[in-house]
Amino acid sequence: MQDAPIPATAPRPRSGGLRVPLLAEALLLALAVAAYFLFPYNLGFLTRILIMMIFVLSLDLVLGFAGITTLGQAAMYGAGAYAAGLFAIHVWADPVAGLVVGAAAGAAVALVSGLVLMRAHGLTLLMLSIAVAQVLQEVANKARDITGGADGLRGIRMEPVLGIWDFDFVGQTGFWYALAVLALVFVALRLVTGSPFGLSLRGIHESPARMAAIGTPVYWRLVAAYALGGGIAGVAGALAAQITMLVSLEVFSFALSAEALIMLILGGTGRLYGAVIGTAIFMAVHHTAAAADPFNWLFVIGGLVLAVIFFVPTGLLGLPTALVRLFRGSRNGRP
Amino acid sequence: MADAALALDRVSAGYGATHVLEDISLTVPRGERLTIIGRNGAGKTTLLATIMGLTRLHGGRIAASGRDITGMATHRRSALGLGLVPQTRDIFASLSVEENLLAVGRGKAGLEEAYAMFPRLKERRRNGGAQLSGGEQQMLAIARTLMTEPDVLLLDEPLEGLAPVICEQLMRVFEDIARDGRRTVILVEQHVTAALAFATRAVLLANGRVVHDGPAQGLHAQPGLLDRHVGVSLGHRDGG
Amino acid sequence: MSLIANILIDGVAYGMVLFMIAVGLSVTMGLMRVINLAHGGFALIGGALVHGLLTRAGLPYLLAVPLAVLGTMALAWPMERVLYRRIYRFGELQQVLATIGIAFLMIAGVNYLLGSSLLSIPVPEAMQGAVDLGFRKVSMHRIVVIVAGLAMVACLYLLLDRTRFGMRLRAAVDNRDTAAMLGINTGAIYAATFCLGAGLAALGGILGAELLPIEAYYPLRYMVLFLMVVAVGGLGSITGSFLAALGLGLVDTASRYLVPDFGTIFFFACVIAILAARPAGLMGRA
Repeated sequence: MQDAPIPATAPRPRSGGLRVPLLAEALLLALAVAAYFLFPYNLGFLTRILIMMIFVLSLDLVLGFAGITTLGQAAMYGAGAYAAGLFAIHVWADPVAGLVVGAAAGAAVALVSGLVLMRAHGLTLLMLSIAVAQVLQEVANKARDITGGADGLRGIRMEPVLGIWDFDFVGQTGFWYALAVLALVFVALRLVTGSPFGLSLRGIHESPARMAAIGTPVYWRLVAAYALGGGIAGVAGALAAQITMLVSLEVFSFALSAEALIMLILGGTGRLYGAVIGTAIFMAVHHTAAAADPFNWLFVIGGLVLAVIFFVPTGLLGLPTALVRLFRGSRNGRP
Repeated sequence: MADAALALDRVSAGYGATHVLEDISLTVPRGERLTIIGRNGAGKTTLLATIMGLTRLHGGRIAASGRDITGMATHRRSALGLGLVPQTRDIFASLSVEENLLAVGRGKAGLEEAYAMFPRLKERRRNGGAQLSGGEQQMLAIARTLMTEPDVLLLDEPLEGLAPVICEQLMRVFEDIARDGRRTVILVEQHVTAALAFATRAVLLANGRVVHDGPAQGLHAQPGLLDRHVGVSLGHRDGG
Repeated sequence: MSLIANILIDGVAYGMVLFMIAVGLSVTMGLMRVINLAHGGFALIGGALVHGLLTRAGLPYLLAVPLAVLGTMALAWPMERVLYRRIYRFGELQQVLATIGIAFLMIAGVNYLLGSSLLSIPVPEAMQGAVDLGFRKVSMHRIVVIVAGLAMVACLYLLLDRTRFGMRLRAAVDNRDTAAMLGINTGAIYAATFCLGAGLAALGGILGAELLPIEAYYPLRYMVLFLMVVAVGGLGSITGSFLAALGLGLVDTASRYLVPDFGTIFFFACVIAILAARPAGLMGRA
């Protein structure tokens, strides 16, 4: 019980999914389809949001469910991006095969680094996770012959998705492709988090000591969760490489890890929807505020983060609950 | 009893959202020797911690020397004359024995008194707090709280896990501390016999409530009461 | 021979700067159990203040530096009272985010007032030259940094080891509740420590501006570096911070001299190796 309890993960309503199967998922899907028709000239931006949602979902599994506090999720995203990019250039430009390669690369990085990281806690874990991403970034920077270094990995030309849909200039194929992958990842995560494995992760999050006492191999479960999350982050990175046809050193950046964390907290951890909604809100606000002035954007995001942490600790998804609780007057005791 | 050393009025308290103490009312006159007895988990430690403001108060009020201290910061309660010797002793491990004493209270003036009370501590003054034996740690914990010159001394199971000879020595120290009603002493103890011999009044706590409150002497005549609420017969102690 | 001397002098100077900035972070993180990602912001504020005092107000260096340090502490105090004392109670994830938010606001604030370009800190002529130590010439600035760093170590040692404030601080680090129960005003100790840490960071930021240039993004650019010193040293340990700052300063400088292409990789590999072997840091308690 080293970690302080994190209020953001306390309430876990398992409603909706049980009563009308996949109703909320269908609603989100409908929203995505509607966005496609509402903003036909912003498909590139919408696709970036979808990819980011996959990445933040991977973080939700690692952090929201398993309780692994990391600031280095970009390590796996970047590994997936470079692996998929290199695979497409040198081996085979099939998108789906590239996703598999990206997932494998992300999972491999997470597995190897996880063997060390999952033994650490708190600040040490944060620092180690950052260090892994920084080392990979520097390796990619120095291996200029292979990765293009600071110029980025160029020359990615993908074949049609499933041999049918060609990537087009407007980004229609990219959008549907990313949306399909997001939907698959979401459903897969729904299944994983509801499985005995997912439940044991929640148990570990709440009390590692108790789970260890009832015979759960806590360390290996965490390594497995980290590797699984790494695989999904790798998918997100691969998707980004394929659709933007470019991989830059920024895929490993600390800013990417930190922003994903902010998106997740904005939406609320441990619920999957939180990752999706937080990402959409963050990216939309970023799109409008940063367009005006990047420093202005820091004012906005800094204030937003503080406001959420101080006033709606369960994330924006918890806002209705927080309001209801406020009006009922039954305040939850905070430690 | 406006100038009672300590007065609890329908206090409910616990940690976080949980309630450990329910509706406790207790008035302790100045100079009284009170013992609080109960099973493990009855809420004895929580009661002392609540008096010091270290728990979450769900309801009720607490006053010390006629002054309302409900919601007052812990360090200010110490300044008002409340002093707790915690069950876990909590010696500051990164401080030497002497620093443990000097960090609190009046500083050098009280030091000689503390060493006069526990000469063993003077011998070990340069040792780190973590290097002491259990008995020495308890002596240091007591001496350290006395450095804050408490009017009301709260002792949380001070005899726990100590050799009989040390226990006797500590009980003599407590007698000395409480002599002539100079200080109010509230003793929580599993050694029921020693506690009842020391105290003039006994409070039985069960499931966070006061189930008996009366003269300590009277309890000897009611062994059934102790048996029921404390799970001990006189002469034996609940090791737990 | 001259290479080794260069590495030693530059590395030690760099280590001293890291120490001054990171030690406050380490003590506050050990004391309040708070992960503070905005600590570098105080180095930025110190640098920005001294920049303003030197270039706009035209004050002499020896007056401007202490004023900037005091000014930073004066800003840190209300921040501690209003923001940080609430953050202490959060879970570590919330702490990370809240303090990133604070770092963002600091960056945006400095940029709003002074812009995003490099903030120069002109040093007096006396600090610009080089001193001949007999075997070689050493930049006066390096010497000032090293002497100031060592003086800080000595002052901190005396403050913590020999004063009542130091005893109370160590007591509060050991056990906050017990310290409060014994009449120690832990809230005041926190505030004083926080301000002291902020002041040291400001001094480190000012003196280290030649190595870590002051500009609006400073808190994020060097955040990881400062946090790594703390993690490697062990939370709350001043000796640990000193060893870690000196060690990492030397490692970083040496690898830049010796293996310039792989300096960063080598640096982070060292950090990973140390933390993997000692998750609580060099001097940390497990």
